[in-house]
Amino acid sequence: MSPRMAKAVINGLLIAAAAVAIAPLLYMVSVSFMTPGEASALPPPVLPTHWTLANYRQLFLNAGMGRYLFNSLLVSTSITVVSLAFNLMAGYAFAKLEFKGRARLFQLLLGALVIPAQVAMLPLFLLLKYMGLVNTYGAVIVPALATIFGIFLVRQYASGIPDDLMEAARIDGAGEFRIFATIVMPLLKPIMVTLAIFTFLAAWNDFMWPLIALTGQEHYTLPIALASLSREHVQDSELMMAGSVVTILPVLVLFLALQRYYLEGLLLGSVKG
Amino acid sequence: MNTSRAAWLFITPALIILGLFFLLPVVAALVLSVTDYDLYALADIRNLRFVALQNYWALLQRPLFWSALGHTVYFVVVGVPLSLLASLGAAMLLNSPLARFKPFFRTALFAPVVTTVVAVAVIWRYLFNTKYGLINYTLDAIGMPTVDWLGDPHWAMPTIILFAVWKNFGYNMIIFMAGLQAIPADLYEAARIDGASAWAQFRHITLPMLKPTMLMVSILTVSGYFQLFAEPYVMTEGGPLQSTTSVLYLMYEEGFKWWNLGSASAVAFILFVIMFAVTAAMLRLSKRGEPA
Repeated sequence: MSPRMAKAVINGLLIAAAAVAIAPLLYMVSVSFMTPGEASALPPPVLPTHWTLANYRQLFLNAGMGRYLFNSLLVSTSITVVSLAFNLMAGYAFAKLEFKGRARLFQLLLGALVIPAQVAMLPLFLLLKYMGLVNTYGAVIVPALATIFGIFLVRQYASGIPDDLMEAARIDGAGEFRIFATIVMPLLKPIMVTLAIFTFLAAWNDFMWPLIALTGQEHYTLPIALASLSREHVQDSELMMAGSVVTILPVLVLFLALQRYYLEGLLLGSVKG
Repeated sequence: MNTSRAAWLFITPALIILGLFFLLPVVAALVLSVTDYDLYALADIRNLRFVALQNYWALLQRPLFWSALGHTVYFVVVGVPLSLLASLGAAMLLNSPLARFKPFFRTALFAPVVTTVVAVAVIWRYLFNTKYGLINYTLDAIGMPTVDWLGDPHWAMPTIILFAVWKNFGYNMIIFMAGLQAIPADLYEAARIDGASAWAQFRHITLPMLKPTMLMVSILTVSGYFQLFAEPYVMTEGGPLQSTTSVLYLMYEEGFKWWNLGSASAVAFILFVIMFAVTAAMLRLSKRGEPA
């Protein structure tokens, strides 16, 4: 094959693959602006004949989408902020602070990584029920406030900090919390950004646990609300596409803005075993 | 304050969360799975009885459990290789020196990974619609037979597999790209000088050098695919004729629809044991293939 031909084939395949990957998302946006019923016509229209915001209006005015959007933002942000703090402290301690049983404790945590989260879900539901947390924001937030993966990621990164920095500060009489806040945290900034995006995306997209823990509509996050709406409105394709746009857009924008950190984190978390 | 005490203060919040809301429930799940915890016990804990392995025994005799396991294994056995092929193919295209606009293509191919599975499942359910879906319309337009994608028990699982491959291939693609970039260029240089074809280079350089990446990616994907739940929940509700009821779907229905929490815990544990065994077997097999 001539180099020109090879170039055409490779780029042609890339265009085709990219089209398959994003066409459904573009189509979703297009259908979300169609008038009700338009998307169920034959041939399926590619673009709306009359662009309308009616579906979005109906979602927010009648279907309570604003509430679900707020719930998702609240839950995902709380999880991100608090778990970031907890995972950073723990990851740093496992990497840099000496204490008895450190190696064994960390190994125990790593071992627990093989247990799928769903194994814990039934007793967790009972536990939260006895704590009176089922069907509150807390039921979704509290169990996610620390993750083994997050601690692992921070530990990997923090191992690279030279001990001399902390030693020097200790000799100068700085306390451990001050060292952490003023010396370590600034150095951990890149992994903080990475972990924050990871956590936010995972919290936003989570489905099974919120489905179990949230029994009443008032606390539904977007994925749960969308799943329940789509069972009621199977035929309203335009409305459902608008709901999908509202659910996907925030995370897609976040990813596009910060993809460098996200992709780096993906490699950091997986390759260095 | 000494560093040891500080260290404990630093790790305690995370340990409390993980211990109380993950490790303790896992242990409790094992206990739960040997009881008859159901709606009556939920109302009054005094109705709880120890039933030893009865839940497990009963499950093994239920056709629905075996079919759920069968569907899950089907999803893993067909879906994982397809996913890996798509990921590796995309990674090699992106890694080619001839590829243009790499950052754009990488972003486009990765986009489905960050989307919410429920939302994209809703989109694909519309695309796969028998009457007015774009996919059947296109098939019809080019003279191909149309398919009742989500309504035919034989087609529902393959359709969900196609959806899952589309949704997930970008993730492994990024990892494969890193693996490909780590292969020294002079290996290919030497092979070209020896006159090796592109296929020979792929077989004798790319694949062997990618082996560690391949193993890790396979294990991650297999355990991820065993956890099939949201896709059938949104797209098919486990049907038609329960053809897309996965093990986790069964666990969810058993636990949170019928409130048989003891029996549902047994389902969760069986899934865990199967996942663990499969992962361990993959690790062992890969070690055996290595030269001593």
